[in-house]
Amino acid sequence: MDIGIGHYLSVAACLFTLGILGIFLNRKNVIVILMSIELMLLAVNINLVAFSSFMPREGGLTGDLTGQVFALFVLTVAAAEAAIGLAIVVAYFRNRGSIAVDDINMMKG
Amino acid sequence: MTLVAVFFYLFAILCVVAGAGVILARNPVHAVLSLILAFFNAAGLFVLLGAEFLAMLLVIVYVGAVAVLFLFVVMMLDVDFAELKAGFIKNAPFGLLVAGVVLAELIVLFAFRDLSLGAAGVGAVSSPVPDVNSGISNVDALGRLIYTKYAFFFQVSGLILLVAMIGAIVLTLRHKTGVKRQSISEQVSRNPKDAVEVVKVPSGGAVIPSVEGQ
Repeated sequence: MDIGIGHYLSVAACLFTLGILGIFLNRKNVIVILMSIELMLLAVNINLVAFSSFMPREGGLTGDLTGQVFALFVLTVAAAEAAIGLAIVVAYFRNRGSIAVDDINMMKG
Repeated sequence: MTLVAVFFYLFAILCVVAGAGVILARNPVHAVLSLILAFFNAAGLFVLLGAEFLAMLLVIVYVGAVAVLFLFVVMMLDVDFAELKAGFIKNAPFGLLVAGVVLAELIVLFAFRDLSLGAAGVGAVSSPVPDVNSGISNVDALGRLIYTKYAFFFQVSGLILLVAMIGAIVLTLRHKTGVKRQSISEQVSRNPKDAVEVVKVPSGGAVIPSVEGQ
């Protein structure tokens, strides 16, 4: 039983789909939507690391570190996004006393 | 090889189950705890893939910082989460449709496309993973890469974190009015000329101090 790249990509696909489903199911709750986005970014990271690990090179070996470096940058951006998103949620809650997505209609967009 | 398979399936199944727990949990605190479990298992998958540094980074950054931040916000905001769950069943069919389409597309892609990568990367690999016997660890190799070839991107990501930090502080900082506070600049800019007034009092008389100096 050999674990190939397809196995890892399948796990990442399941996680990404769960993230999409979470956004649809919890449409009113900003915090769960942010968590779903984190799940999707995690799936992307798994993909990057899996491809990095299975990249073929000379001599029958595999592995290229570039994918891991990119996963590192994705991780950085995800952390920044979570911090800013939660700060916006807190600021919004202070002003309006609610975090329901339906109430965010001040700009009539 | 079977040991790797056993651990892969353990981590993968737990990761997906925890991911499902994040979106289905009734209580948002349970959702955050499921998210932490999912991150731990993803870190296990990273270790299986040979990315030890990223695995530890995932545990430290996500579990230690981001998930705890989520936990703080969930506990700090006084929100009726049951009310936010109202449209759960109503949105379910459409969400399942979209998610099903995405999953079917990805499965078809994996099933019908050769994922062996062939010889595509041979000769194109610029920064190979160090050999197990070479004595260079994953952290060492990654450090040599991000401080040389990707130094610019590394600095830009640091800048992104700085902007995120300042932005979060600016968004949440609030000045309360009506609170007595020490004003350093006002204290420092005070000088004896307008703080002290020398008054000559005639003997037997009285002087009403002027209010100008106050």
